[in-house]
Amino acid sequence: MRIGLFATCLGDTLFPDAVKATAVLLTRLGHHVVFPPEQTCCGQMHVNTGYQREPVPLVRGFAEQFGDPSIEAVVMPSGSCAGSVRHQHRIVAERYGDAALADAVTAVEAKTYELSELLVDVLGVTDVGAWFPYRVTYHPTCHSLRMLRVGDKPLRLLHAVDGIDLVELPEADACCGFGGTFAVKNADTSTAMLQDKVRDVLSTGADVCTAGDSSCLMHIGGGLSRIKAGTRTLHLAQILASTRTSPCTLPETEAAAR
Amino acid sequence: MTTTARETVLGRVRDALTLARPAEVTVPRAYRTGRTLPDDERLALFVDRLADYKAQVRTCTTDRAPAVIADALHEHGVRRAGAPADLDAAWLAGYDGEVQWDSPAVPARRLGELDGVVTASAAGCAETGTIFLDGGPGQGRRALSLVPDLHVCVVDLSSVVPGVPEAVARLVPERPTTLISGPSATSDIELERVEGVHGPRTLVVVIRTDS
Amino acid sequence: MSSTFLGMPAVPPRSPYGTGNLRGEHTFPAAAHDELRNEQLRGNLRKATRTIRGKRLDVTGELPDWERLRDAGAAIKTDTMNRLPELLEQLERKVVEHGGTVHWARDGAEANEIVTRLVEETGSDEVIKVKSMATQEIGLNEHLAGRGVTAYETDLAELIVQLADDKPSHILVPAIHRNRHEVRDIFRAAIPGVDPGLDSVPAHLAAAARAYLREKFMTVPVAVSGANFGIAETGTLSVVESEGNGRMCLTMPDTLITVMGIEKVLPRYQDLEVFLQLLPRSSTGERMNPYTSLWTGVTPGDGPQTFHLVLLDNGRTAALADRIGREALNCIRCSACLNVCPVYERAGGHAYGSTYPGPIGAVLTPQLAGMHAAKNDPNSSLPFASSLCGACFDACPVKIDIPSLLVELRHQHTEQADTTVEKLAMKAAASVMKRPRLFTAAQRAAGPGGRLVAGRDRKISRLPAPFDGWTDSRDVPAPPRRTFRDWLASEEGEATLRAAAEEGARTADHPHQEENR
Repeated sequence: MRIGLFATCLGDTLFPDAVKATAVLLTRLGHHVVFPPEQTCCGQMHVNTGYQREPVPLVRGFAEQFGDPSIEAVVMPSGSCAGSVRHQHRIVAERYGDAALADAVTAVEAKTYELSELLVDVLGVTDVGAWFPYRVTYHPTCHSLRMLRVGDKPLRLLHAVDGIDLVELPEADACCGFGGTFAVKNADTSTAMLQDKVRDVLSTGADVCTAGDSSCLMHIGGGLSRIKAGTRTLHLAQILASTRTSPCTLPETEAAAR
Repeated sequence: MTTTARETVLGRVRDALTLARPAEVTVPRAYRTGRTLPDDERLALFVDRLADYKAQVRTCTTDRAPAVIADALHEHGVRRAGAPADLDAAWLAGYDGEVQWDSPAVPARRLGELDGVVTASAAGCAETGTIFLDGGPGQGRRALSLVPDLHVCVVDLSSVVPGVPEAVARLVPERPTTLISGPSATSDIELERVEGVHGPRTLVVVIRTDS
Repeated sequence: MSSTFLGMPAVPPRSPYGTGNLRGEHTFPAAAHDELRNEQLRGNLRKATRTIRGKRLDVTGELPDWERLRDAGAAIKTDTMNRLPELLEQLERKVVEHGGTVHWARDGAEANEIVTRLVEETGSDEVIKVKSMATQEIGLNEHLAGRGVTAYETDLAELIVQLADDKPSHILVPAIHRNRHEVRDIFRAAIPGVDPGLDSVPAHLAAAARAYLREKFMTVPVAVSGANFGIAETGTLSVVESEGNGRMCLTMPDTLITVMGIEKVLPRYQDLEVFLQLLPRSSTGERMNPYTSLWTGVTPGDGPQTFHLVLLDNGRTAALADRIGREALNCIRCSACLNVCPVYERAGGHAYGSTYPGPIGAVLTPQLAGMHAAKNDPNSSLPFASSLCGACFDACPVKIDIPSLLVELRHQHTEQADTTVEKLAMKAAASVMKRPRLFTAAQRAAGPGGRLVAGRDRKISRLPAPFDGWTDSRDVPAPPRRTFRDWLASEEGEATLRAAAEEGARTADHPHQEENR
């Protein structure tokens, strides 16, 4: 299958390992990954902060980059960006774009998937042949869970990973408190939510907290890093891309280094 | 001429709907309605749900009802029992305390002098353990089943339906209707449920299984 | 049917500025900052919301047709809003036919004036009250007090709030921020003649309230209530409650005055079959609340012989004029969205500054009272008081898409607000991101600087304003050496993907690899 990879602005710039893992995983599964080079950002931050005029060119850019009919599916290692493409681009296009843009958005949103959806629903695979011999807990992320309704797909993928010790995260469906600019505008409330999430993550004794969204992981990871916890964060793609041949090495933590 | 508040508010509503024209909707009523259940299942469900909300439940046949009612009143130390004027007097035949037959002449606040009250009911809902009173025969005015601290309510199994839609269908809108599910309760302190606040602190439901 | 508007339709007004309880003194972040430091409050809220969340899930999970009931509830409410003029007129006609009197109030001040006049006409200087969001919204008690009329709140939680001279913090359980020991202390201090040895067992506290209010129920000749539903078809009104204080107020006095928001109307009596399932299970997590009262006008020989219904606008028509925002009017005040909201659970209801707190409050309050009535209007911060986690949408029994409404109101705010630093930054960010080459250049420029700031431990622990709130509790990772696109274009990237393809080919007969296209 010819799959268009949308790196997301955050993944491309700050968390390239998650995007690399997505590309490696899909390539290993025998698919042709294409990366339209003019891609930038889906505009989610703009829309969620109240700006709908400004992201019109971003919405247009996304539709142009991935509208190519030879791209059979579009994948992104981010539940919230996939949610933005599928739920917000149409709103922006209809309100501040034009009919042609609205049509283009409709075409591209229908083939846009978050990683676990693509693997399970489109590619029909739950065992991706991964090996990851560590204790892992999974945070479902709000947009994957409640906007995209990915359900237990990520967990099914993780369960099939060889060597993994998957432990349930208490209160898993609770928001970590990121919410984009919410974490800045309402930093105190966001911090209170993060503290509870970090406490629940640490209670699992996991080596790794994983999720399908680098933004939530940046938030949880930032909290874990601040208290010098021994648990680190890795994107779901990085675990699924890890094999005995090309294993994912765990990032050092200060706690581990001590 | 000044515009009345009525004209203004209705005008605003029309303006609002003109400014942003709504799309038509049809109401999907695909939820469960018109359900039936055999007597034994309906009874079991009703009893289970009543008990869950701390109502005291007694089941009996019609001929045993007066004795069961008398027992309930006696057990709760009722010396003066109230009853709607049109309650079948036979229901209280087994009771040896004082009966005050209600009348409009009795001020509602005097009902507090009663230790308990016995009424009939209009319908019951098994799934929620709810009893419906609508002021019909044997049910009296609303204050009568509210002010005394004990309410003995007689429910005929034939009037108990499986769910809420079946129960609402039996109601007469114009009648003052009270839905009762267990004794009065509150969850206002730490969301912990406590039975017994302003309404009757004890609800005894006598279910006549053959009626 | 008479049509009163001449010419162009006008945008209906919001609730007048400076009246009622639809605006706090501080923005949400400022108010939450203080509330979050109250450990007692956070503990009380955590315990209470967890309890109710579990109960709600149990009783909604019990019904196989729960989702179908939600679909029906949502559609009935939307249909109601679409036909509001005819339904209100029908409701009025039916109430009058059954011996009631209907009054209309353009705003809270007018409703307060009507109710106070009606009370004064009875000659009583006391009223008993059933918990009512509408009368809280318009500040009726304060207005009555100003005219020498004492209002007794009879709901236990409202009583706690009133006796403590406090403000409600929850739609269903206004004293949710208080624990049993605090309630005991409030009762000991404020209930005349209460047992000084009163302990903090909830049953004993409830008994103390019963004893205190019983005399009021038996003697006060006027009651004021709200209404959960008003049925247009029959003129029937409904109050859903638990304690029996509602039944007392609706039954014992001579005069009953009900204040109802115009959006509370329902078309048909049959519609109760949906809402009497949705409401109790969503609010208290019970299959059915202990008491629901339904009354139609007056009934000779039973209950109040004088009945007044006051229909309240107070900004509701302004919300109705918004194609997207009007969905908030579908709310049936169950408070399920509060109980599942992670922001509400931490910050508490007072931080919202309005009678309507939590997720629904964050979308309803700005629509009723506006967001730009003053400079730095606290209401303009409400749509941002959410991480958009979506738990509220899932819990809502009438499927109000609160996250989408929040995003819409954020947009309305930025459209109306003056130019801010944020607006300029958003424009700048978009203009970089829409030019791929500029975007790539910016990525490359940010890398070295970020890594320099981060230093040897590859993390940034302090950012300047406005991002300092982030680094108060979280580190930021240093930008990596290479962006993804640079890696992809590099020899290393090419080699890695080539190796992955080869590894895949070696295990091509692997049973797990099922290509379906």
